[in-house]
Amino acid sequence: MLVSLNWLKQYVDLGSETPESLADKITKTGIEVEGIEYVSEKLNHVVVGYVESCEKHPDADKLNVTIVNVGTETIQIVCGAPNVKAGQHVIVAKVGAVLPGNFKIKKAKLRGVESNGMICSLQELGVKEQFVPKDLADGIFVFDEEVEVGRDVTSYLNLDDAILELGLTPNRSDALSMLGVAYEVAAILNEKVQLPNVSYNTSTKRASELVNVEVEAKEDNPYYGAFVAKNITIKASPLWMRNYLMAAGIRPINNVVDITNYVLLEYGQPLHAFDLDKFGSNQIVVRRAEAEEKFKTLDEEVRTLNAEHLVITNGERPHALAGVMGGFESEVSETTRTILLEAAYFDGKRVRQAVKDHGLRSESSTRFEKGVDPNRVKKAGFRALHLLEKYADATICQGVSEYDALDYEEKDVVITTERINERLGTTISDDEIIVILNKLQFNYTQSGSSFTVHVPTRRQDITIFEDMLEEVARIYGYDHLDYTLPEGGQFAGKLTERQALKRFVKQVMEGAGLSEAITYSLTTTERATRLVAPDIKVKAVSPVRLAMPMSEEHSTLRLSILPELLAVASYNQARKEKDIALYEIGTVFVSDEKEVTKQPKELNRLSGVMQGAWLSHPFQQEQKSVDFYVAKGIVETLIERLGVDVQFTKADIDGMHPGRTAEIFANNQSIGFIGQVHPTLAKTYDLKEIYVFDLDLEYLYDAVDVEPRFVQIPRFPSMSRDIALVMDGVTPSGEVLSTIKSAAGEHLYSVHVFDVYQGDNLPEGKKSLAFNLRYLDPTRTLTDEEVEASYMHVLEAVKARHGAVLRA
Amino acid sequence: MQEKLHALKEEALTKVAQAEDLKALEAVRVGYLGKKGPMTEVLRGMGKLSPEERPVVGELANKVREAITTALEEKKQRFEADVLNTQLKTETIDVTLPGRPVNLGGPHLLTSIVTEIEDLFIGMGFDIKEGPEVETDYYNFEALNLPKDHPARDMQDSFYITEELLLRTHTSPVQARTMGEYRGNKPVKMICPGKVYRRDTDDATHSHQFTQVEGLYVDKNVRMSDLKGVLNQFAKQFFGEEREIRLRPSFFPFTEPSVEMDISCKVCHGKGCSVCKQTGWIEILGGGMVHPDVLKMAGYDPEIYSGFAFGMGPERIAMLKYGVDDIRHFYTNDQRFLTQYHKA
Ligand SMILES: [Zn+2]
Repeated sequence: MLVSLNWLKQYVDLGSETPESLADKITKTGIEVEGIEYVSEKLNHVVVGYVESCEKHPDADKLNVTIVNVGTETIQIVCGAPNVKAGQHVIVAKVGAVLPGNFKIKKAKLRGVESNGMICSLQELGVKEQFVPKDLADGIFVFDEEVEVGRDVTSYLNLDDAILELGLTPNRSDALSMLGVAYEVAAILNEKVQLPNVSYNTSTKRASELVNVEVEAKEDNPYYGAFVAKNITIKASPLWMRNYLMAAGIRPINNVVDITNYVLLEYGQPLHAFDLDKFGSNQIVVRRAEAEEKFKTLDEEVRTLNAEHLVITNGERPHALAGVMGGFESEVSETTRTILLEAAYFDGKRVRQAVKDHGLRSESSTRFEKGVDPNRVKKAGFRALHLLEKYADATICQGVSEYDALDYEEKDVVITTERINERLGTTISDDEIIVILNKLQFNYTQSGSSFTVHVPTRRQDITIFEDMLEEVARIYGYDHLDYTLPEGGQFAGKLTERQALKRFVKQVMEGAGLSEAITYSLTTTERATRLVAPDIKVKAVSPVRLAMPMSEEHSTLRLSILPELLAVASYNQARKEKDIALYEIGTVFVSDEKEVTKQPKELNRLSGVMQGAWLSHPFQQEQKSVDFYVAKGIVETLIERLGVDVQFTKADIDGMHPGRTAEIFANNQSIGFIGQVHPTLAKTYDLKEIYVFDLDLEYLYDAVDVEPRFVQIPRFPSMSRDIALVMDGVTPSGEVLSTIKSAAGEHLYSVHVFDVYQGDNLPEGKKSLAFNLRYLDPTRTLTDEEVEASYMHVLEAVKARHGAVLRA
Repeated sequence: MQEKLHALKEEALTKVAQAEDLKALEAVRVGYLGKKGPMTEVLRGMGKLSPEERPVVGELANKVREAITTALEEKKQRFEADVLNTQLKTETIDVTLPGRPVNLGGPHLLTSIVTEIEDLFIGMGFDIKEGPEVETDYYNFEALNLPKDHPARDMQDSFYITEELLLRTHTSPVQARTMGEYRGNKPVKMICPGKVYRRDTDDATHSHQFTQVEGLYVDKNVRMSDLKGVLNQFAKQFFGEEREIRLRPSFFPFTEPSVEMDISCKVCHGKGCSVCKQTGWIEILGGGMVHPDVLKMAGYDPEIYSGFAFGMGPERIAMLKYGVDDIRHFYTNDQRFLTQYHKA
């Protein structure tokens, strides 16, 4: 809502407030002023001039030499505007004037002819293009009504106006009118509101004799009033009205249209003027449109309507889409002599439907959608008639032809001083409540500390105690509320075990060199199904798609974070960031339905991508790229720290390298995978050797087994044995390790691989694995014999199970 | 005999002083203190002395031996130090060359901000609550006083999956869920951070996915001044003690009265500058007193219970606090962007 302060002053005394101070007060009281716009800068020596004569310049085709009376003198001005003519009243910047842009007007000679000033366009006075009427865009401004020669033009042209841009929250539709803003400002400044003049003379003819109103769609249209104004003269509206409309961002058209727009802005009540001579009947019927009913709106578009739309008809065909737009057929034009003025209350839902279906949001529809003030509907009509009589020479018919089932009653809300103070934490007195209610101009009935507030119908947003609480609080001033801390019991806040674990997982990842990324949950349907972990794949029937995506790019909820992380890797690589180590903890969305009807399961995953240099210390000749084991080491470290037992098994997963991928199992349950992305898939991202991992955090969070309790540090030394075994090259070391673990007996403390060898000195297809075994008994020193016995057991077992023999 | 010992001592100390390397020193030691050396000889001759002389000479002999040993030891240490110093000199490296870097990652800026907010509110006794990102229409809208035909919930603004399911447009449904879980009979004091989604075209200031942190406090006799106090405490801790807060009336369907909170501009301290669009204030969060209908729907009697709620956007906070100029940076994950915020 754009609010001209000069206009606002017609209703409320702004005292000594500057635009800035007023804006600050309005913002603090509840309506945000998003900007202040000045129509022009302060101008001196710019006056009304009368062009007495206008002759062609002797030496320049495009210039005119004019003699202009500026009140105190008559001066010669050379003017280049195409529309300058003798007999015009124009804007003259006299010598000494300084126009916006520090443009100083001096005595000058133009092609040998003396010029003592300048005839100006509105733009030259600093008026912004958007406020200038279209027909004035290319020339000087010419006054079309009586003005006093020699007078300062500022007030004629409303150049000293400031316009506040109000950002209205949905509840404050009352401020979609100048009067509404006036009530708000009056409450802030403790002033009264001066209401506009709504009186007019009437002819003996009654409106009801000329038109009859019948409302069929009573729910949609509880009030319809039809006024009739005859003998209209269509012309320009008064300059002051045009100025205010321009300030409000509306381009002036002609007096009738301008008056309906002016009253719309003044009262917040949309009006519509039909050319009664073109209406085609004297019968107004308000009804729902029929299916496929056609209607040409005044923008000359033919609209196809349906039963969801409300129309104003002449008993046969529509002449307006109620509250949204009038019809082309009965549009007011140059030749209009009689108008039918509609002042109605249309239900917001009906209007919203039409706006949505036809993409026609307007100043009118916006107000109907939010709900207009019942008590202003008819009054706005009166106001328009007052202006039509004055500025369109109209003869007004008596009365109104109407259908009226509107609820005009004010709603009561009871407040008590005690409850107000309880909820605000204040110590406001009864008297202060009274002051606040008076400022708001709300009537009330007092009974001790209890007030029954009769909320005026202009404030449709106030229906319950809390609404009044806010009114009291904002007029009292949010600034004046104390800073207190809740008096209720103080409890300690705390992370849940899961939340703490999530932070722990992040620490491990970051300590291991990975940076956290956050990607979008919405992706393409194709990407949503890439690199889905086996445990997710068995649960997800199909990816969850949006009903109406904005684009295919963000149409489907992801089933894996990895495709998004690969896209991030690709993005970085394209920018020469080739060493990549990223992780993300996020949700994947798993639905077990083909057609989704219930919320999908949201499962927490930890995913990572890694490629490029892992260890780089060039002058020490240390260079190591990320490989499977780097990634696996990170995953193992995390899982070990969480105290979970897992096994890695070679796996075949879509999109993964068939020889370099392991599925991770815990308790025979698949909980993720790790490996190199298949080169074919990597290539679609312009990537080459890139490693990924994906873990089921839901499982890990639940399985965590780390209860820190003291374990005695071994007092007896452990004993160590190395064992190098030769076996088939394809035998997985993990299986050999398991065999050793189960065969070595109770004293085996730890076992790990310390060497893998394949090549010279070994038969083709064979490899050697070397293990280090450590034995320990916390209660005593083990004997060599005991260790030897276990060692022999191990040898037998690996031979039996894997055909592995001691390396010679 | 005693004179002989004195002479021996002088002689030996001179030799020690003259020794030029460890080998020469060892020769001196063997020469004087060795089994065949003069000291041994002297001691061997002790037997011939009278019982009166014996302790005197014995003591002297020990002193002489000690003096020689000490001198030898000192000189030896000096030689060893020299040897070590020579060796260390050859081991000198260029200490100005770079060390081997430790691979350290770090959190995403949004996570850092959310974590900081979480910790501040945990310190004020709030718990952290989470909830689903795919929400039911009921929890996302209806339970928050946004009935089906409410203009603020146009289909155009949300990502619907079915008529009843959508991507949550705020984290407020977590509040409704938590209140429901507590069944209207115990206080609620919670923060709910999380991802939210709106039908916006991604540009410098809009993102179809973004982050929210919302808070809720419901108890008996919660006052609007408590909201002001808690938010003030948060703002001072998070943005700095010198920052002032200002509450302005606003509107949200789920709070009444509603507020918007501004903090004083860091750049101009309230005087007005381009950062704060000349207002001296920067909008940071929205909130208000929980709407009685929201309390009622969650099973809390608004005659007994009252509360406040608030919500803020970590992206916006990050943009203000660190001058990030485009919201898309948060989701592009350019490593050069991510690592900027990994420092302490
Ligand atoms: Zn500033």
